[in-house]
Amino acid sequence: MLDVAVAYNRYKYLGNEFLTWLWFMMETDRSNLDFPEAESSELDIGNRIVLENTRGNRDETITIKGDGAGLEEGVIALKKGALVTEISLAMKAPEAEWRFQLKGESLNISSLKPPEKNPAEAADDIEQRALEQIAHVERAANLVHQLYQQFIQQRLSEDWAKTVVPAMARWITHSA
Amino acid sequence: MGLLSATMSLARYRVAGGIPDPFLDTVRDRLKNHAIREIDNDPAEKSVGWTCFENSFQPDFDKDNLVIGTHLVFSLRIDKKQIPAKVLRKHLDMAVAKRLKQTERSSLTRNEKQELRDEVARRLYVRIPATPNVYDVVWDYEGQALWFFSTQKAANEEFESIFAKTFKLSIIRMFPFTEAEMISGLTDEQKDLLYKAGPADFQGGAHA
Repeated sequence: MLDVAVAYNRYKYLGNEFLTWLWFMMETDRSNLDFPEAESSELDIGNRIVLENTRGNRDETITIKGDGAGLEEGVIALKKGALVTEISLAMKAPEAEWRFQLKGESLNISSLKPPEKNPAEAADDIEQRALEQIAHVERAANLVHQLYQQFIQQRLSEDWAKTVVPAMARWITHSA
Repeated sequence: MGLLSATMSLARYRVAGGIPDPFLDTVRDRLKNHAIREIDNDPAEKSVGWTCFENSFQPDFDKDNLVIGTHLVFSLRIDKKQIPAKVLRKHLDMAVAKRLKQTERSSLTRNEKQELRDEVARRLYVRIPATPNVYDVVWDYEGQALWFFSTQKAANEEFESIFAKTFKLSIIRMFPFTEAEMISGLTDEQKDLLYKAGPADFQGGAHA
């Protein structure tokens, strides 16, 4: 295996392509996203997305944040060659919502906010609370793992160059 | 941003290798061997060591619970002292003036100044309390998965280093390449494609 630091830097583009692909899938082919718990999960872009354009000699970062923010600026950045480097995700199940941010280069999960609980239902016992939190993290970590697995399988298949990249290019070009 | 926080941040790891039986006693002993050392009233600048999840500041590895559900849960504590730059400057200036007076000289060499700076810093470190930072660790030993509750580079580096020393196990952080290569179920042929892959160009084409 490659040296870890070398591998981190050399392949961080894969994480950024993954987040860009995820946005593309959510916009165009949501039903084919592979969720770990097919019974109920839904996924939406949350209130923050960061794009970076390093094509040519550029070094541009575009951050869109805010609960009602439109993604038009992000689309313009994609058209110029930017990729998504950080995305806030909202994972929804009936009567519950998990929000977290995902960074492309590291696949770190940050600012994970589990569903809010009625204070009357909150566990007093530390061990019980820890168990609940572990279950929340597991849910987010499993989602990231499964979606990334779906992406990387597609990324290393013949379909990637033949159909996925052209479809993403069309999506970028024709998005308003 | 720890396990019990309203919002959590974490890095994900894979851990390979086993811990000898008796499992839990071995884990306790190894954590104890690398437990946090208090450095208040001590000239040390930094201390890095393990502590207990439910009892970060007075850990008792023999009594405190290390297992929650099917996970090992404990914490890394990094205690660090920071001398404000202006305080260091004041005490260094005073020490330089005193040394010049004692030696009846008009200046100190660079090395002498550096030694004096180190000495002043050591004296101040004894008087400054350390600021503790606690980072939780949740380890699914059977599943070989581990979460470290910080995404800070420095904290993750300290964690990787002390974890490897403590448990003599291989620990690898999950990021796009390692996640693909190690846990995405790739065939050897797909791994070869991964090694050769390059960035896609969504404006004009793609590498394999």
